[in-house]
Amino acid sequence: MLKIENLHATVADKPILNGVSLHVPAGEVHGIMGPNGSGKSTLAYVLAGRPGYEVSDGGVSFDGRDLLAMEPHERAAAGLFLGFQYPVEIPGISYLQFLRESLNSQRRSRDEAELSAGEFIKLAREQAALLDMDAEMLKRPVNVGFSGGEKKRAEMVQMGILAPRFALLDETDSGLDIDALRIVGEGINRIMRGPDKGVLLITHYERLLEHVRPDKVHVLQAGKITRSGDIELARELENTGYAEAAA
Amino acid sequence: MTAPFPTRKQEEWRYADLDALQPVWEQFAEPVTLTVGAGEELEEIWLPVADDVQLRRVQLALGEGAKARIFALNTAPVYGRIELEVSLAEGAEFELFGVNIGTGLSTNEIVTNVKHVGRGGRSRQVIRSVLNGKAVGSYLGKVEVARGAQQTDAEQSVKAMLLDRGATANCKPELEIFADDVKCAHGASVGELDAMQLFYAESRGLDPASARALLLEAFVMGLWDSAKDEAIAGASREALRRVV
Repeated sequence: MLKIENLHATVADKPILNGVSLHVPAGEVHGIMGPNGSGKSTLAYVLAGRPGYEVSDGGVSFDGRDLLAMEPHERAAAGLFLGFQYPVEIPGISYLQFLRESLNSQRRSRDEAELSAGEFIKLAREQAALLDMDAEMLKRPVNVGFSGGEKKRAEMVQMGILAPRFALLDETDSGLDIDALRIVGEGINRIMRGPDKGVLLITHYERLLEHVRPDKVHVLQAGKITRSGDIELARELENTGYAEAAA
Repeated sequence: MTAPFPTRKQEEWRYADLDALQPVWEQFAEPVTLTVGAGEELEEIWLPVADDVQLRRVQLALGEGAKARIFALNTAPVYGRIELEVSLAEGAEFELFGVNIGTGLSTNEIVTNVKHVGRGGRSRQVIRSVLNGKAVGSYLGKVEVARGAQQTDAEQSVKAMLLDRGATANCKPELEIFADDVKCAHGASVGELDAMQLFYAESRGLDPASARALLLEAFVMGLWDSAKDEAIAGASREALRRVV
């Protein structure tokens, strides 16, 4: 479903990714772990198309399409979702308006009918409730005044509403307490587990992986995948740390 | 007799498009006077019209405890000027929510002179400009606090968003204070759309033009929250669509 081949990328002319190759078949969840500065967030941003993140070599195909040739909004319409490590605040626009316009923009480009205001609010309420979030929060400006944990939970509500086919989740677990972690883990399983869906879950810690149970775990170090395995690899890293894993 | 034609040497006309003004000067030479009696309230919504050159020159006198709130959208295709001279008697309250939306080669400006004459008056001016192309958007706001006008509370918040390199914003809050127990806050900033907000919106599926429109809407629309009539929100949305 998502095929990354020999991906090299630079940020401000500095090489960050140095030949990442990774294949996430449909129906699978893969975890990516790695120390600070290893390129995890850069990988997520390159896949989502953030300006300034330049691909210098290699390629990425998504369902057989050239992902890197698409604009960020086209990637979203194709079914890609990035859960941000630091969700962005947008004062002046309510979450409801932001998400409704986003969803309808995606639906238009897929030749699907737009949702009416009533239909959308019903959907948003359902998804907020499933993540144990007060739907009233969606009337507030996007992420303004949200705590770190609330922002991450709101990212998952967005994912539930937009119903992507592939999710890149960049440290969705950071800033969450133990209960929120479980709820978010369950949310990922509920929204993204399916035979035609896939997830790339970036994390520092093994804890979220215990909730989501990835099919594979990869270690990213210095811009390359250095090891791959199953959840046992994540448990091992939790005990030994990255330095030893690289040795 | 018509008032003399202004020159750019006059501070309050320094950014004006006098060439555009010349042919229509006579009809605008005399400001309109509005008076709000003691304890009375006024709300005005000033919408743009279709003319190339649009001027509103208003003198507003607020009696004791009077309240006035003005919502003004300035988006003339060639030259737009909203000029307000306000005097506040004791305990009067004045609010101005003003927006310049300029495109192409247009000049739009909001020029105010708020005079706190009596004590305990409050004035609040919130101005936003959105400019593309080579458009000019200005705010010249003078606040005068007279000797006896203690406990005056005056606020000016001025922000401009430049969408193209050729666009110009002039922000000039000015204070003249002759009382010693007053609060006069002012802030001005000029910027461009936030790249991270744009990427966030696009990553959710909004095409670049819609994402820009949404962020500009966020920048402007909050000013109309307390307006009783929604026409100004609709007119702003329409004007914003033209600058994206």
